[in-house]
Amino acid sequence: MPTYTFSVNGKTVTIDAPADLSLLWVLRDKLGVTGPKYGCGIDVCKACTSHLDGEAINPCVVPVSQVQGREVTTIEGLADGGTLHPVQEAWLEQDVPQCGYCQPGQIMAAVALLRKNKNPTDAEIDAIQNVCRCGTYFRIREAIKRAAAKM
Amino acid sequence: MGSPTDSTAEHEDGAVNRRRFLTFLVAAPTLTLATNLAADAIAPGTAEAVVSILPQPAEIMDLGDVLILAGTPTAHLLVLELTEDGEAHFELPRAEVGQGITTAVAMLVAEELDLPLSKVRVRLADARSELLMNQLTGSSNTIRSVYGPVRQTAAAARARLIAAAGKQWGLSTDRLVTRDGVVVAPDGRTATYGSLTSLAAKLTLPGLTATPKPESEHTLVGTPTSRIDARAMVTGTMRYTLDLDVAGAKPTMVRRPPTINGTVRSVNNEAAVRAMPGVIDLAVVPAGVAVMAATFGQALDAKNALDVTWNGGTVDALSDADIRLRLRAAAPPFIVPPLLTQHVDAEFDFAFVSHAPLETNSAIADVRDDRAEIWAGLKSPIVAKQTIAAAIGLPEDRVTVHVTQSGGSFGRRLFFDGALEAAQISKAMARPVKLMWSRIDDMRHGRARPATHHKVRATYALGRVLTYEHRVAAVETDFRHGLGEILTATAAHLPVAGNLSFAQTVFLTTVKVPYDFGVVTELLNEVPLKMHTASWRSVYSANTRGAEEILVDELAKRLGKDPVAFRREFLKTGRQRAVLDKVATAGNWGRAMPAGFAQGVGFHDEYKSCTACLVEIDARDPKKPRVVKAVIAADVGRPINPRGLEAQLLGGLTDAIATTLRAGLHIDRGLPLEGSYSQFHYARQKDSPPDVRIFILPANGEPGGAGELGVPAAVGAIANAYARATGTRPRSFPINFDVDFTPFSR
Repeated sequence: MPTYTFSVNGKTVTIDAPADLSLLWVLRDKLGVTGPKYGCGIDVCKACTSHLDGEAINPCVVPVSQVQGREVTTIEGLADGGTLHPVQEAWLEQDVPQCGYCQPGQIMAAVALLRKNKNPTDAEIDAIQNVCRCGTYFRIREAIKRAAAKM
Repeated sequence: MGSPTDSTAEHEDGAVNRRRFLTFLVAAPTLTLATNLAADAIAPGTAEAVVSILPQPAEIMDLGDVLILAGTPTAHLLVLELTEDGEAHFELPRAEVGQGITTAVAMLVAEELDLPLSKVRVRLADARSELLMNQLTGSSNTIRSVYGPVRQTAAAARARLIAAAGKQWGLSTDRLVTRDGVVVAPDGRTATYGSLTSLAAKLTLPGLTATPKPESEHTLVGTPTSRIDARAMVTGTMRYTLDLDVAGAKPTMVRRPPTINGTVRSVNNEAAVRAMPGVIDLAVVPAGVAVMAATFGQALDAKNALDVTWNGGTVDALSDADIRLRLRAAAPPFIVPPLLTQHVDAEFDFAFVSHAPLETNSAIADVRDDRAEIWAGLKSPIVAKQTIAAAIGLPEDRVTVHVTQSGGSFGRRLFFDGALEAAQISKAMARPVKLMWSRIDDMRHGRARPATHHKVRATYALGRVLTYEHRVAAVETDFRHGLGEILTATAAHLPVAGNLSFAQTVFLTTVKVPYDFGVVTELLNEVPLKMHTASWRSVYSANTRGAEEILVDELAKRLGKDPVAFRREFLKTGRQRAVLDKVATAGNWGRAMPAGFAQGVGFHDEYKSCTACLVEIDARDPKKPRVVKAVIAADVGRPINPRGLEAQLLGGLTDAIATTLRAGLHIDRGLPLEGSYSQFHYARQKDSPPDVRIFILPANGEPGGAGELGVPAAVGAIANAYARATGTRPRSFPINFDVDFTPFSR
């Protein structure tokens, strides 16, 4: 079985895995990084949204072979120790989560959006496709705007 | 709460007919009584007698009251612990699935104990068989059922802490007060709860009485408060079932049949699949073929690689068109012929809807020869425990069932099929298993809100609505999650009589028309199809009341009245009118809108709460409508956490947007076509209004329910706005329901 070395939330990891095993299951089942969630496995619900070299990706459809030598950041790696990322702060201030299951992905999607666009319009926020089955979208929108104002 | 007879006696003014109507309504909707109504009520000459407030069963005693009644003997079996480090640990015999009940309950405990909220921990209780019927999470009933008992429990704890401090200091307890987790003496000395807790546990205190604080003294309860678990959620440390690290439990998935309830005839390539990378074990179980592997990715590959020959399922021949025909045939007939009065008739159809919680059905099970341990998100854990024990052949007391916080429910987790399946697999493989359903399986073989067909008829004359009839035909909703036992146990107290099914009892104790529409009869008839159904947020009300709110707009139009003014005129109480007035004012009802845009309004009263919803829709493209603004007001009697209530109403709004406009399941030859969120069109950010205003009205009584409250009013408001914007009369929901995808293979 091939070996892959990459970084997860700032730590270098080396794992044995089949080349086509998706990053989601490498993270969850081999590394115990459970922040990214399974919701569909086919890149439509976006619950697993994480970052690869700072860009939003959906680990459920990224084979582990593609992350060799690269930097993976999950929700667990977003805060700076005990200091939350401004987007996480905004999420708390707007009391966004209900069941919370999609929120790691929502937050990672929002962080990626705000990196590219410091002040997104409503139409740009509309483009986020992450499903929230509890229907917290309005609070997500408000939290993104609040985070944009902070940042 | 009066008996049916008492309640109606209040309204009685001597009309003989009315007593007969009363018997009709209270004694349940049977054909015998229908004859009564037809004989006595329809002649226009007696219109004045007909137009009266006759209580529907749900007005006398609703399902929440039934659950409270069933739970009363055990309501005080609540576990509250004060730890030596000064924390209060409370075991909540309910399931947190996103409703925010752990936060609301923590607020009640903190308030009553005079303890900072940050010092209160709320843990979900394991299945506790001794709680009998008091561990069911449903019917928007958690706060209604625990508000009194939790406060009394915490008040007793506080009284004991004070007694311990009094004993320690040799002071009379009436000179001691509590504040921020300490007992304070008149001279300023303080003792922390943590320092008092062991003494408080030992004291014999005959005659100790404790009364919860008067609500006028509440400082935390009633104020907007953020979720106590939000930080764990936004940092990714919240542990859902599949995130738990249970020793030896390996990823497991099940290959399921091509039609609902199909069974395995033969597995044709077992050896080849066992030889696949990472595969650990394989077993045939009632649901299909289970595969365990080192990772879920490998389990999924192995499941997909299985070559299985299947026996047929239970509804293989059925597709949507057949089901719709059966429903239409099953709707009970109207009583009032449309001959003597002016009338409006309408028929509505609602598709099946997946619960589709984002966390798919999942469970961990570790079944040994002499014991078993289960972890899952369970809203009826006691029945789950009993059923699992029987299925794996262990005594109930050898099975431990842990209730984990879960990623959404919307009614889905009333059922424990995942936990049962995990236990069966664990037994078959003799290993601990971590079971996850794929999304496709969750949508196709999971549960759904049953499809319904509605016939509604209202008669009117001289500006009054004389009679109002609603006939509902529904594919049978499965209530075999413990509710049946509750209804049986409380049968003698129910405001309905006769040999009603559980479903009819639920229907009659939840659905009621909030308007003074004269003689009202609402009947349910179910079509038993062997499919996987379950209550879906607001159960019968989303469709039944949603359809009614559409008809109300059409009635208003017939009578030449504005929809808000018409509702105002026919609503029964000031409380109801207040929420309607609030949205009409805050939402600027009646403002001019460009072509293709329109406002719509809806109202709903249930769970001792009421709400109104006003939306604005952009339907310039009728195939791609978007709700662009929503204004919601709710009176829940007594808000515990207004911020949490707003969240629940927001969720109800989003559910209504999805199910009214686009989200449903097509049944095709025994299986839903939809298999993921790319096909089942639950709302996304682009479908959600960028302008939402929610108003929680001030406290005026006991807490009502709110978790499901938001859906029906919003369904009505959205459909009414769409109708006005497009000049159409929506009758089939979701409105835009094309098969706009290529289904996954079976």
